[in-house]
Amino acid sequence: MDAAPPDLSAVMAALAQVMPRANLLSDPEDTRPFEADGLTAYRRTPWLVALPESEEQVAAALRICHRLGVPVVPRGAGTGLAAGALPGEGAVLLVLSKLNRILGVDPLAGTARLEPGVRNLAISEAAAPYGLYYAPDPSSQIACSIGGNVAENSGGVHCLKYGLTTHNLLKLRLVTMEGEILDIGSLAPDSPGFDLLALITGSEGLLGVVTEITVELLPRPLRAQVVLAAFDDVEKAGAAVGDIIAAGIIPAGLEMMDAPAIQAAEAFVHAGYPLDAAAILLVEVDGTNEEVSEDILTVRRLLLQSGATEVHSAEDEETRRRFWAGRKNAFPAVGRLSPDYYCMDGTIPRAQLPHVLHRIGELSAHYGLRVANVFHAGDGNLHPLILYDANRPGELERAEAFGADILALCVAVGGAITGEHGVGVEKIKAMCVQYAPAALEKFHAVKAAFDPAGLLNPGKAVPELHRCAEWGAMHVHQGALPHPELPRF
Amino acid sequence: MADAYPELQEAVRQAAAQGRALAIRAGGSKDFYGGETRGERLDVNALRGIVAYEPRELVLTAKAATPLAEIEALLAEQGQMLAFEPPHYGAAATLGGTLACGFSGPRRAYAGAARDFVLGLSLIDGRGEHLHFGGRVMKNVAGYDVSRFAVGSLGVLGVFTEISLKVLPRPRHEITLQFEMDEARAIEALNRWARQPLPLSAGSFHEGLLAVRLSGAESALHAARAQLGGEVLEHGAEFWRRLKEHDTPFFAQAPLWRLALPGTTPPLDLPGRQWLEWGGGLRWVATDMSAAEIFAAAQARGGHATLFRGAGAQRFQALAPALLSLHRRLKAAFDPAGIFNRGRLYPDF
Ligand SMILES: Cc1cc2nc3c(=O)[nH]c(=O)nc-3n(C[C@@H](O)[C@H](O)[C@@H](O)COP(=O)(O)OP(=O)(O)OC[C@H]3O[C@@H](n4cnc5c(N)ncnc54)[C@H](O)[C@@H]3O)c2cc1C
Ligand SMILES: Cc1cc2nc3c(=O)[nH]c(=O)nc-3n(C[C@H](O)[C@H](O)[C@H](O)COP(=O)(O)OP(=O)(O)OC[C@H]3O[C@@H](n4cnc5c(N)ncnc54)[C@H](O)[C@@H]3O)c2cc1C
Repeated sequence: MDAAPPDLSAVMAALAQVMPRANLLSDPEDTRPFEADGLTAYRRTPWLVALPESEEQVAAALRICHRLGVPVVPRGAGTGLAAGALPGEGAVLLVLSKLNRILGVDPLAGTARLEPGVRNLAISEAAAPYGLYYAPDPSSQIACSIGGNVAENSGGVHCLKYGLTTHNLLKLRLVTMEGEILDIGSLAPDSPGFDLLALITGSEGLLGVVTEITVELLPRPLRAQVVLAAFDDVEKAGAAVGDIIAAGIIPAGLEMMDAPAIQAAEAFVHAGYPLDAAAILLVEVDGTNEEVSEDILTVRRLLLQSGATEVHSAEDEETRRRFWAGRKNAFPAVGRLSPDYYCMDGTIPRAQLPHVLHRIGELSAHYGLRVANVFHAGDGNLHPLILYDANRPGELERAEAFGADILALCVAVGGAITGEHGVGVEKIKAMCVQYAPAALEKFHAVKAAFDPAGLLNPGKAVPELHRCAEWGAMHVHQGALPHPELPRF
Repeated sequence: MADAYPELQEAVRQAAAQGRALAIRAGGSKDFYGGETRGERLDVNALRGIVAYEPRELVLTAKAATPLAEIEALLAEQGQMLAFEPPHYGAAATLGGTLACGFSGPRRAYAGAARDFVLGLSLIDGRGEHLHFGGRVMKNVAGYDVSRFAVGSLGVLGVFTEISLKVLPRPRHEITLQFEMDEARAIEALNRWARQPLPLSAGSFHEGLLAVRLSGAESALHAARAQLGGEVLEHGAEFWRRLKEHDTPFFAQAPLWRLALPGTTPPLDLPGRQWLEWGGGLRWVATDMSAAEIFAAAQARGGHATLFRGAGAQRFQALAPALLSLHRRLKAAFDPAGIFNRGRLYPDF
């Protein structure tokens, strides 16, 4: 093998054979907009950006890069929060945004066939005339792409009832690094062989480039109603969540925010949240008219029994929209409180919530950094937002150390380091905490089965074993951190 | 985190070192399903017991050879259920065997498949390593989703030891409605109704009778019934149980083929008798057609066929060549010596 890395002009010339020259960018002036995804603490000016317009061009570009030994980083809309689409050194950034056609909606079958660059919200808009919608609704849904959603197995505020991306997919077309096109899954249930659809969903662009997606569409519920409950104590709010579920109700959305998040959201969108509350819960139930009427009564009763200080049902669509606007804008709202914020994405068994929030409070005092908590309470997915100022020396590093402690805490109580944002570059060290070396090795073996040359999105999602040792990251085993007697900060 | 299983791990290591095939067996009578398994029996019945169950978390963790009946009884005490409604096909059915086969029941088309409810899975791979994937929380996107990937792999990737599942509350009420109509209209109705906000939870068509199950709040069922019409079937629960368990003479026929097809596929013009489920996506066909003909018929309609019961060499739809070689590489990643369940899924591995 030739050890010298191929030079830019040679790769450019080869790619220009298979896609328009205008779709290849290498001038830093043009490529800088692609230097980071949504996690801007990580950036690198791309070496070469390629914007294919068809699956054919994707496959041809991958074949060329494979032949020349050039790494490739796929990118959708670049809203990822784990630096999964961070450009690689001497790598082609393959941007899928020009593949943005809705190829078809089948209203009787309840399916939509999409190119990967289609925006998440555009799917529901296309389905709306038939009374259908696409359920997974990340807060970034106006911008993020369905290809990125598949790569991250994205969720939203309706996951507890309607599932993650992986629960709403039927079929994919995947181009491997070698340029081979695979049909994965089908419109029929339970495809023969291994469940490759499950394996590829959430694979963060390491196994192949997704070029076509068929999703399942659901009927719009006849009615959805949200209840807002305030609590003077976070623990009571956490217990209320368990009470609702124990009563046999699976809310369509069940979100929690703590005081700093409430205040930030209220100042930003005037959602009507009580400013003196220690925590609020948003509980949305949906279904038929009769069902919603029954469930709303039960939910109100349970919330009051669990010690809610105020309970408000949204009586009209405008109030419902306003209640949700506060939650959906929580990240930018918190962003106004501080020059920078760092969004974490750990998951925990819900019963651990009081303990985990208490501990996050202690860590916040220790690191001298404020934190606001937004929580997909129904499914145990915590988003602590750590506030910091990158212009102050050392603050970014402190925020990162704080974040790493939160993730180790999530693993120690039986949870995971990421519930929906993915590992990317950002959480690669934390992977050593969550997984034992043998499991990490298995992930590498899976990767090699798809991409033996290791050219697709290298260095992301799964750490090299020797790196775990170098970082000193410790696998948390049997729910216990090693050396529990030592202070963790 | 699951315990270690030193004896099982050692048995696997020795078999791998000597290149001896192992046939993983639990209850041991889903033997009718899949190809003939070569090798010496690896009894996994010691992997028994419920490890954790937190009704308020909607999570249950059990060892792989725990009887399904035991799990379902425990869930029922708390008013919860396995929403994929797995068929048992007998009292000995285990959780691990069910997930290895990837079996789901009538609720499949409306609530999700077996794999949709898997949160975490531990397995012993072909090197005897005990590996843990996923976890006991609703969401976990760290690393590849090996837990769901392994569902339906018929034991060829490793020995499942422990499984965590998402469980759901049982519906408060259920009724079954029955309609007389022809198959084309039944398929159209099942699809049309599934695209409306109706509380459907199962559908079946057989010999001129369409049956649908509705689940949810009593008031919602009343409203849906008023909209749909039809006759209420008296012993609805028993009807769905017998269908799920194949406890009717129709399913005793052999060969019995299971055709998975896009749900809107029109009536199949094939010789023999049929039973339709899953909103049109599943067609059971008892026929003497040749295997080649039936595999071709499924493929032509964008689906796949399985020889569910009866004698025959090829039991699963052939994979496209590129997919088959990917399967071989993935098999080797988990079981490099190729010792687990030889012949069960594909003749050559
Ligand atoms: C027509 C018919 C006749 C029947 N007759 C009888 C009968 O006479 N007696 C009776 O008891 N039951 C009978 N049954 C019921 C029967 O099939 C069993 O219920 C069932 O016990 C199968 O057990 P299992 O779930 O343990 O699966 P198994 O048959 O043990 O296994 C099914 C598959 O899963 C794999 N597997 C199992 N455990 C694991 C694991 N831990 N890790 C990885 N892979 C695993 C196996 O290798 C195999 O590929 C019958 C069913 C039918 C439909
Ligand atoms: C304000 C805000 C709110 C958010 N809220 C949520 C939320 O509620 N829930 C949630 O889950 N996420 C959320 N996110 C994160 C993000 O939007 C999702 O991860 C989204 O799925 C990323 O899509 P994208 O198109 O922007 O992908 P990108 O950021 O471009 O890429 C993400 C990853 O996918 C890979 N990739 C992209 N396209 C393809 C393809 N076609 N084939 C193969 N690999 C590909 C990339 O290599 C990268 O690893 C939020 C982000 C922001 C900024």
